[in-house]
Amino acid sequence: MLPLVATQALEVIPAMTNRIRVLIAKPGLDGHDRGAKVIARALRDAGMEVIYTGLRQTPEMIAEAALQEDADLVGLSILSGAHMTLVPRVLQQMRQQGLAEIPLVVGGIIPPDDAVALKALGVAEVFGPGTPTTEVIAFVQRAAGARP
Amino acid sequence: MELAELIIAGDRRAIARGISLVESQAPAARELVAALYPHAGRAHIVGITGAPGVGKSTLVNALALDYRRRGARVGIVAVDPSSPFSGGAILGDRIRMRDLAGDPGVFVRSMASRGNLGGLARATVDAVTVLDAAGFETILVETVGAGQAEVEIAQAAHTVAVVQVPGMGDDIQAIKAGLLEIADVLVVNKGDQDGADQAVAVLEAMLSLAPPRVGPSGDAWTPPVLKAIATQGAGIAPLAQAIAEHAAYLERSGQGQQNDQARAARELHQAVREALWERFLAQAGSELAAAVQRVRDRQIDPYTAAEQLLRDAEP
Amino acid sequence: MAETAEGKARWEATTLKKALDRYPERQGAFETTSGIPVERLYTPAEGAPDYADGLGYPGEPPYTRGIQPTMYRGRLWTMRQYAGYATAQESNQRYKYLLEQGQTGLSVAFDLPTQLGYDADHPLAEGEVGKVGVSISSLEDMETLFAGIPLERVSTSMTINAPAAVLLAMYVAVARKQGTDPAKLRGTIQNDVLKEYVARGTYIYPPQPSMRLITDILTYCKDHLPHWNAISISGYHIREAGATAVQEVAFTLANAIAYVQAAMGAGLDVDEFSGQLSFFFSAHNNLLEEVAKFRAARRLWSRLVSQRFHARDPRSGQLRFHTQTAGSTLTAQQPYNNVVRVALQALGAVLGGTQSLHTNSLDEALALPSEEAVRLALRTQQIIAHESGVAEIVDPLGGSYAVEALTDEIERRAVGYLDQIDELGGALRAIELGYIQREIQESAYRYQREVETGARTVVGVNEFASEESQAPATLRLDPQLQQAQTERVRALKARRDAAEVAQSLSRLEAAARGSENLMPAILACVEGYVTLGEICDRLRLVFGEHKEAYAL
Repeated sequence: MLPLVATQALEVIPAMTNRIRVLIAKPGLDGHDRGAKVIARALRDAGMEVIYTGLRQTPEMIAEAALQEDADLVGLSILSGAHMTLVPRVLQQMRQQGLAEIPLVVGGIIPPDDAVALKALGVAEVFGPGTPTTEVIAFVQRAAGARP
Repeated sequence: MELAELIIAGDRRAIARGISLVESQAPAARELVAALYPHAGRAHIVGITGAPGVGKSTLVNALALDYRRRGARVGIVAVDPSSPFSGGAILGDRIRMRDLAGDPGVFVRSMASRGNLGGLARATVDAVTVLDAAGFETILVETVGAGQAEVEIAQAAHTVAVVQVPGMGDDIQAIKAGLLEIADVLVVNKGDQDGADQAVAVLEAMLSLAPPRVGPSGDAWTPPVLKAIATQGAGIAPLAQAIAEHAAYLERSGQGQQNDQARAARELHQAVREALWERFLAQAGSELAAAVQRVRDRQIDPYTAAEQLLRDAEP
Repeated sequence: MAETAEGKARWEATTLKKALDRYPERQGAFETTSGIPVERLYTPAEGAPDYADGLGYPGEPPYTRGIQPTMYRGRLWTMRQYAGYATAQESNQRYKYLLEQGQTGLSVAFDLPTQLGYDADHPLAEGEVGKVGVSISSLEDMETLFAGIPLERVSTSMTINAPAAVLLAMYVAVARKQGTDPAKLRGTIQNDVLKEYVARGTYIYPPQPSMRLITDILTYCKDHLPHWNAISISGYHIREAGATAVQEVAFTLANAIAYVQAAMGAGLDVDEFSGQLSFFFSAHNNLLEEVAKFRAARRLWSRLVSQRFHARDPRSGQLRFHTQTAGSTLTAQQPYNNVVRVALQALGAVLGGTQSLHTNSLDEALALPSEEAVRLALRTQQIIAHESGVAEIVDPLGGSYAVEALTDEIERRAVGYLDQIDELGGALRAIELGYIQREIQESAYRYQREVETGARTVVGVNEFASEESQAPATLRLDPQLQQAQTERVRALKARRDAAEVAQSLSRLEAAARGSENLMPAILACVEGYVTLGEICDRLRLVFGEHKEAYAL
């Protein structure tokens, strides 16, 4: 297992670094944010900057935030079953804002068939319940690192 | 330079990329700042600072809404601390700024402090330059008023609003944090809570003891103490008014020009310091590491070692 | 007590030491799911409470052993499966099916638009209609939901919070139409908004008007619905958000204290309304800790009600609760393992003395539960009730040194939290400061890290994983459903007398701006087919909306 917390405690972090910036959002009306917050903390502890937008975000708000924050990756958390409506809209809004190349990942209760469909629409990855945060971190590092 | 042109034209994607670039402090960032610098300097920059939990983000949200009603375009830079352990950060200020979503006249950017004192101040100042050059007329810079870095950032603003809340004992947090001296406007937020009037009275009493602030023209500025309930938007128009009055005072009294002069000096001095440091590192980086070992082993004291290193590094 | 600490010390120095020298234990230290250190052996030295003060007898304070003298020997707990999806018509069929299968109470799940006070035709409702529960926009939908189900004969629990007053009014209106005297209605509305701010996120209004709505409902129920639980103070969602067992007890009771204070502040007498307070807890994995948790919660609440609120009637301190097995413990991997988890959790709830129980379905980490999975979950309860024998003895684990020691420890730690919350100025203030949210998030993150470092084993996830996927058939909703529901609401809106609607909404607004009880005005709206969204929007206008208070 990878350690979740990097151990260079109290070392002054060089300012001249490009840190990975990840936007974590909860679209729709679902208020269960345990997963989103656990992931946000895990990404922070892996050295990333996480912009956390909170609950009830519309697709327009998410794309706008991704643009303003110059996010390297956008993560959505949905447990309400509304993913097949909400995720395509977020993708569409991101394309409209010229953010098509920014990877979008989705976490939550997503039936396997839907996960396949979402990936076909352009979602970079789908993470179900029980996914280790280390797996998410590794994916984000790979996907966000690939960005020009 | 394409990016700078796009920023000056107000392209939002370019603004976002530009801020990332200056935040990284990569060499290209200097070129960008150089290209933008002549186009900046028009915005009124307002620093909003105060202890964690006083409602700064909510206040910024309400204030931005008020500016928008008057038609001014608003740029916001919200700074949160980085984790000293991982260097990562969770930036949550947007949660309280959801009322600003969908408004093309607003640009909100979250920034992490990235652990470096001077670097944070510079990155923030440069991010403000990007927004300024992009034509945002009012720029709100929100920081946690806890350390020297925040004071530095606040000093880069034209007007500093220090936010307080009542009911946290008899302590006035701003005084503890050394923020009273830099406050141009004081806000007691959550003004509907017990002790709000008392907090206002205490702050006013403290201010009456401070030496008067007199500008070059002889005009004086007494920081007003305002009550607000940011969650309800109450007291926000008077705050905007107070900020505008302070801006007018800066203009009228010549204090603004004096501040600009001091600010320019600070920025230039820092740039020189950093450039010298970088040059020194390039020339004597390996000797520096060796000298650190010797200081650690008490073979030499830091002052003498510094003298030696500088002498050796001289061209 | 015959046995003392000396006896244990002797055993440790001799018999135990010899064994440990030869065979070390699996781990250096053991602890419960919630981080309470667990001893290898409990003796009277750790687990023998003062019988009269600490345990007492069932049906008597402090109710550690149960709130009724005979418990399940008299009547089994209510088997109440939380259900609801799609439209009122489809949920109605599911309810009838569940009642035919031997379920003894209904539990209504509403979809998110309903829970947030939006009609099905609201733009924000898109994609959410009928997903996590049934869509109810008006009295018309509520009539369909309970068609053919005589409300005087079932007890109905409704998981509804921010718009609880509206759904309760609809239920009363349906009863009236069925010719049932509302005074005979039995059931529960969740109506616990404080935990929405910290754990579940389904809030509408800011805390102050929300508390007013709650006290209005309490008052109305006391006068008109005497058998109705006007609030179900919920630790379930707090636990699901990541809290430990101790935090679940502490934060739930802290919220309960806030509600009682608000009700007393509104002029109600604690002995008059306490019968309308009920609780809702989670049943998690660690069996003994969970049993201890329920017992500790019961004892602590009884003590709080008598000592803090000076109730005169000892029954006022009875903590009556519903339990649901912990959804967050279900895994998407090897879903059939969930059947076993649910069985153990349900057993814990029964050994802990629950008044009603929902058992989760094995497929809930994957999708909405299928009918088959729901039936199996119900059968699990029936097996515990009729075959395991645990229902025949009151508080069968009472007197277990281990369970008594854990009960004491959970209560002690929960009191520590309550003291801290008191110091901050009560639950509302603690929520505003983000204290409770932070505590829950800390626990959630710690738990996640323990699973990932392997310090905590989750069978089929971080150990004993297998490649083969065994995905059970899950329920799929008709994608046309939202369209149909939207059209129904629009048709209703077009059919009504617009002037009448406007008038009842004006009356509601006037009531909201004043201080009179809101229930009569809401009931009048509902009976005139004013929709949920229209009512909630008018109240939004007066009360404003809550903004997410604290992040991370």
